[in-house]
Amino acid sequence: MPESQGPDKTFRDGLAKGQINLQQCNGCQKFIFFPRVLCPHCKGRSLTWHPASCGGIVHTTTTVRRKPERGGDYNVCMVELAEGVRMMSRVDEISPAEVTIGLPVTAFVGEIDGVPAVLCKPVEG
Amino acid sequence: MVDQLRGKSAIVGVGHAGFGEAPGFSAYDIMAQSALAALDDAGLKLSDVDGLFCTMMEDAMPVLMAAEYLGIQPRYVDGTMTGGSSFVNYLTSATLALQAGLCDVALICYGSNQRTASGRLVTASKLPPYEGLYNPRYPISAYAMAAARHMYEYGTTREQLADVAVAARAWARHNPEAFERDALTREDVLGARMVGDPLTTRDCCLVTDGGGAIVMVRADRARDFPKAPVYVLGSAAASSHRQISQMQDFTVTAARDSGKLAFAMAGVTPGDIDVVELYDAFTINTILFLEDLGFCAKGEGGGFVADGRIAPGGALPVNTNGGGLSCVHPGMYGIFTVIEAARQIRGDAPGLQQDNVELALAHGNGGVLSSQVTAILGAASTV
Repeated sequence: MPESQGPDKTFRDGLAKGQINLQQCNGCQKFIFFPRVLCPHCKGRSLTWHPASCGGIVHTTTTVRRKPERGGDYNVCMVELAEGVRMMSRVDEISPAEVTIGLPVTAFVGEIDGVPAVLCKPVEG
Repeated sequence: MVDQLRGKSAIVGVGHAGFGEAPGFSAYDIMAQSALAALDDAGLKLSDVDGLFCTMMEDAMPVLMAAEYLGIQPRYVDGTMTGGSSFVNYLTSATLALQAGLCDVALICYGSNQRTASGRLVTASKLPPYEGLYNPRYPISAYAMAAARHMYEYGTTREQLADVAVAARAWARHNPEAFERDALTREDVLGARMVGDPLTTRDCCLVTDGGGAIVMVRADRARDFPKAPVYVLGSAAASSHRQISQMQDFTVTAARDSGKLAFAMAGVTPGDIDVVELYDAFTINTILFLEDLGFCAKGEGGGFVADGRIAPGGALPVNTNGGGLSCVHPGMYGIFTVIEAARQIRGDAPGLQQDNVELALAHGNGGVLSSQVTAILGAASTV
């Protein structure tokens, strides 16, 4: 069944409902991100959406230094989800200096400037 | 195949303009001044140019704007935009166009006034759709994350990153054309303001005005010009991603592929190269490219650059003009790797001229470690 709308819209519609969905290739079974109309690995054209597990690891990270009066320092990182896809994100709930490579995180849908966004928090316990 | 192109084109003129600060000049003014300087160097006129290779940080059609400004109607143009690597990439397309007879005189040119116009890095591109929301400081955050991963996997230290900046400055101190020429120590780099961990302001390239230009012709007439020709022995490109989140391995760049292809085309190895000119937008770049181009093993770049190995008097001369870190960085630096490599081969480098330079490597980087282009240039004795 061809999709009735583009993959970017499907992803963002999911975020608006609080869901992180990822495409999986029906050919090579790999998950992909960012959303698109083909599999960049095997070039297959048949992809299916699945809810993400939301488990992940910080692959690499940086602290963007910003003056306190402009809001202070903040984190920018690459999170690798259990499905094997990587995306830019931000780890909340701990200070930017505490975000380290290898940190286990849980991805969730939060907001940046009123726009739904995939954010992360450290795995509890 | 591609080795049929080895040595078939040559650089017969180089020029630059507006280094540092050029208040009141537009990016196109600086581009044009650079073009004129390169044509003067080659003993040619603008009316001789029939192939134009240009991109700029301004406009959607910069190659057409450049042709219009220069008052020429080239029969071949290439405005391919791969970021700062574009100008190294044009060595390949200019060689092809010259060899096919699509043009006879190829002019590669660039200019930017970003220091006096805005005082910060200007980028023509929008933030990528799945990254912009997180407000990364572009492009620093991307390179910072590559540096962090390299430190995590290989134990590379901030001190080793600092040594790259210290070496670049040591070269620049001898180059009257370089913008930053004050003494710089490892402690200065480490103690500078942190902008994106683990990179301080001194791990980052300059923001300057400036432009550069290169004139190329077919090898069969390269000896008919005032300056000694510099031959393009090998040139190759590779790209791995556009958005930093799509970079497969944050410690390995596509320079591994572009370097392999360029060396194969030129028929030489890293051990044969006399001077190395790398696009050092950030200190981590120099380490990554030395590894990926085969000057040292993966993971050993930090140790390789330490203790003055790439500084004046060291075993391997790297970024002999002071690089983007200390000489000039007007938004896109790639063309200056070629210009410095060519001048080292000609023997008229503005700073520390190295002895008997026959083979030089120029390496361009574009985007966020996205596009990698390697060129190997040689004196007449190498063809």
